[in-house]
Amino acid sequence: MSQQFYVSPEQVMKDRADFARKGIARGKSVVVLSYRDGMALVAENPSPTLHKIGEIYDRIAFAAVGKYNEFESLRQAGVRYADVRGYSYDRVDVTARGLASVYAQSLGTVFTAEQKPFEVELAVAEVGESESGDHIFRLNFDGSIADESGFLAMGGQADTVQKALEKLWMPGAELTSALRWAVSALEAPRKAASAVAGAAGATGSSASSTVGAVDIAPLDAARLEVAVLERSASRVRGSHRAFRRLDRGDVESHLASG
Amino acid sequence: MAGTGRSGHSGYSGFPALEGEGSSSSFLDHVSRSHPGLLPFGRELPAGSMPATPHGTTIVALTFRGGVLMAGDRRATMGSMIANRHIEKVFPADKYSVLGIAGTAGIAIDMVRLFQVELEHYEKIEGTLLSLEGKANRLGAMVRANLPMALQGLSVVPLFAGIERGEPAGRLFSYDVTGGRYEEREHHSVGSGSVFARGALKKLWRPELSADEAVAVAVEALIDAADDDSATGGPDLVRQLWPVIYTVTHDGAARVPQETLATVVAGILSRRSAERREA
Repeated sequence: MSQQFYVSPEQVMKDRADFARKGIARGKSVVVLSYRDGMALVAENPSPTLHKIGEIYDRIAFAAVGKYNEFESLRQAGVRYADVRGYSYDRVDVTARGLASVYAQSLGTVFTAEQKPFEVELAVAEVGESESGDHIFRLNFDGSIADESGFLAMGGQADTVQKALEKLWMPGAELTSALRWAVSALEAPRKAASAVAGAAGATGSSASSTVGAVDIAPLDAARLEVAVLERSASRVRGSHRAFRRLDRGDVESHLASG
Repeated sequence: MAGTGRSGHSGYSGFPALEGEGSSSSFLDHVSRSHPGLLPFGRELPAGSMPATPHGTTIVALTFRGGVLMAGDRRATMGSMIANRHIEKVFPADKYSVLGIAGTAGIAIDMVRLFQVELEHYEKIEGTLLSLEGKANRLGAMVRANLPMALQGLSVVPLFAGIERGEPAGRLFSYDVTGGRYEEREHHSVGSGSVFARGALKKLWRPELSADEAVAVAVEALIDAADDDSATGGPDLVRQLWPVIYTVTHDGAARVPQETLATVVAGILSRRSAERREA
């Protein structure tokens, strides 16, 4: 019979966090950003049916990176939470903050109590009456939660994408420019990778083993999943639901114009 | 069904945070399982007599070229009293369907809310709209769930109309208290004034009506119902209250604006006043 060795709690948590981080780092990135007339959620996703971005409630959307089955079950749980809450109280009583804290608790419980942590990172976005009323919450695999303002990048090379966005993003932008920024930020890791690969080829550095997997093809509309939360949906479309997916044609025309 | 599904799952699901989730796309199923107290029906009522409660009255629906329309008067009655003059009894169910309700208003309006969430929930979970037949069946399941309360006098009888994408015309579904679902052709009405409204519809409806003509037909049918049924409210010129009318076409469900209805009502009333006949 095998002996159970003692492992310190610090080590257990570190191992779990490393495991989750590795899983997430393999995925492609997602960007959420505010613009003048709403919020845009942009994901690099070659599949037209397996979504990384979803509608939760009237003014709330969800974006995720990581393992599909895990974030899909979290998305569905979020829709259930929001619908039950909106049905039992009122539609205006469903808020991103409430949903984000439920997600945080759920992720935190799974991180400590389950066989393996969820390999996911989530964003919960809520569009407000004005850009200053927008909320973006970032949720990590361990249940930690952060409130971002203006824009957010998650996934594989989130740091690179986030830095690229930081340089580009400004409040009060049009949807077209917001989408361009998002795409060029999502492309940032590829550019960095091709630069590094070029340098690594010369120096023989081992860095190329991790970035070598990144493909260099440019991001076009076919590889993007884009959705928006429209600020004025109730006034303009007469719908309480602000979430709208942009189809490939819409995305192409936005990226091509100007 | 839920029992076998759950026992089958418990072996390998093991997400404490998500226990019992992930099995159904139906909000009704989810709420019945986890928050049964929120449902408008499914209550054991003790013996005793129910005091008078507001009842919704007449709903008419008819098809027209490229769509379907539903209209309801604005009255709720409580015995012989008028309980409410402003009540709205026709609602958009989702983008391509509407429903109207007659019967116990308190339960009916919550059933409408539940049905709206049911359709939206499915759409969000599955990423696609439910088929029109599917929607009609879900509504039937809700009416059936209310059967025990219907036996106590708290019945709800909805009328459902919608259009399936790619089909040329709208479709109508009526229900009985047992949840029986019947597809209707051309036009239909429910509620206390439905007998009179249907008589009017039989004479006024014709194939290939335009949307504007259909609105006029619906308003006239409701005026006829209000004429003979004390529980149905006619157009209220003093308070400027007109019927609630929704049209459903491939562009979606849209409420007919107040100004349009005011003109239509004025037209019908002036014609009838000029004729000076027994309507």
